[in-house]
Amino acid sequence: MDDARTHVAVDAQTEQALAEYLLQLADDELAVGQRYAEWLGLAPDLEEDVAFSSISQDELAHSLFYYTLLENLGVGCADELAYARPANERRNSVLLEQPSKDWAYTIARGFCFDVLEQIRLAAALRSTYLPLAQGAQKIQREERYHLLHMQTWFERLGMAGGEARQRLNEAVESLWLDLPDLFSLGTAGNILFKSGVLPLTEAELRQTWEQQVKPSFAHAGLAWRSLPTRSDKNGRLGQHGAALVELLQTFAEVYRTNPVAVW
Amino acid sequence: MSPGSQVNGDSRQVTFMERIERGEKIEATDWMPEEYRKLLIKQIHMHGISEVMGAYPEKEWVPKAPNLRRKLALIAKVQDEIGHGQLLLRVAEDLAKPYGKVRDDMIEDVYTGRVKFHNVFHMDAPTWADAGVIGFLVDGGAIITQASLLDSSYAPYGRILTRICAEESFHMQHGESIVLALAEGTEEQREMLQQAIHHWWPSMMFFFGPPEMSGASLRMMDYRIRTRTNEELRQRFIGRYAPRIHALGLTIPDAKLCHDPTTDQWTYSEPDWDWFGHMVRENTGPKSQERLQMRKQAHEGQKWVRDAMIRATVLQTQAI
Repeated sequence: MDDARTHVAVDAQTEQALAEYLLQLADDELAVGQRYAEWLGLAPDLEEDVAFSSISQDELAHSLFYYTLLENLGVGCADELAYARPANERRNSVLLEQPSKDWAYTIARGFCFDVLEQIRLAAALRSTYLPLAQGAQKIQREERYHLLHMQTWFERLGMAGGEARQRLNEAVESLWLDLPDLFSLGTAGNILFKSGVLPLTEAELRQTWEQQVKPSFAHAGLAWRSLPTRSDKNGRLGQHGAALVELLQTFAEVYRTNPVAVW
Repeated sequence: MSPGSQVNGDSRQVTFMERIERGEKIEATDWMPEEYRKLLIKQIHMHGISEVMGAYPEKEWVPKAPNLRRKLALIAKVQDEIGHGQLLLRVAEDLAKPYGKVRDDMIEDVYTGRVKFHNVFHMDAPTWADAGVIGFLVDGGAIITQASLLDSSYAPYGRILTRICAEESFHMQHGESIVLALAEGTEEQREMLQQAIHHWWPSMMFFFGPPEMSGASLRMMDYRIRTRTNEELRQRFIGRYAPRIHALGLTIPDAKLCHDPTTDQWTYSEPDWDWFGHMVRENTGPKSQERLQMRKQAHEGQKWVRDAMIRATVLQTQAI
């Protein structure tokens, strides 16, 4: 811990930006992990059910890791941060709170998110905040397989043509509208960059993402479309849709009956 | 069939039964009587499908688990059940090869009513306590049944059960951990737990089957596919769980339940055999239809995905 603390920039402004960023990471993983877990028992075949279940466990475990970093910073206890915050305090991208629609949407969104994860993690390895860099190292080992999984599915659904490609195309069309805040760092971007907590800018994030996603569109036989620059909601600023309210209602249903009880 | 092959068949049957009686294990590639094969398919198909259907009662509680660690454990548990279904259906599929039956058919059989699944998975799980009690009692019961099958005469079944039992024992501990937290919790939590125990107990008495075993079950005993009677398994279950439930200061909804130290046997009230039997045969339990719909949706509703993967493979192979 002493070792870690020496790497935490001490000024309040940086600490606040760090907490903002950790919330973005944790809330992203929570929302997407919850949506993935809804596929339990419903995936296209038994093998995928088992595989996808591992992915949802990984994502939720990552959220627990980031909430625990926040707990160590004194922001609040991990489960409280996960369960008790209302929708307008959540920092996840609106893309990740959307219902899973169908398998094509699930895969297309998963692919878009996992590419983002890779870029964020690569940058986090160089973070001046040591606990983040250390966590990124471990998380990256798991995320590599998530990306491989999603990318393979994405390209093959497209390659198959017919109904699969059509559904994939519709999925991309729908999720494209929700892309902008995926690359947003909310109010924290400048300070994160200057302090070296996250040596990455929003522009770099977007650009690298585009470079990495584009070839898979070609493999899948999908036309590339330019990235939208604005959407009506930025989840990083606490702006969310009804989907997140519904997600959180279900998520915290038992917890809310008695938040202080031991479960 | 020619008279010659009949004689040949009989001598093979005799040799086969001698192997069984010597305690030898049968492999998938060994000759086996058709009756043996069919009994195995019946048993393992139903077992495999029950594992898959067993995912649903707890799946309902995954989105609502009250903290992240419980949520992770519950997803992992449900994942294990699906994995068990996958392993078991693979064994059943191998056996069914001579009949041209594949896994897709075996999965379809459940929502077309051609294979039954365990009574417990037809039941509703109205509160979080049920998610714990399912692990505690249902998985606890499943371990007793499955451990008794470890010594099954069919070697591939026994091998898979070794892994399944190891995982089930984690599930039981996971269930027990939820149960203990609730038992040590608030009044409301204890009440929720008590109700769940009452809810599941009669189902668990039915779970092991009637004391008078059916013809097929008795034949399975002859072939040593299974080696314990329904009543032996039920007695073992009561002997293990009644004291644990009482130790938590909770009650069991059976006034007749008592232990005779001289015979080491438990007296218990019979479950409503007709009601449960009808429920399992006709899928009329509180959640039977809803869960069968989910399985059908997973299988038929996602068929386009499996078809697409086959098409992608063909196209990819052609391109090479």
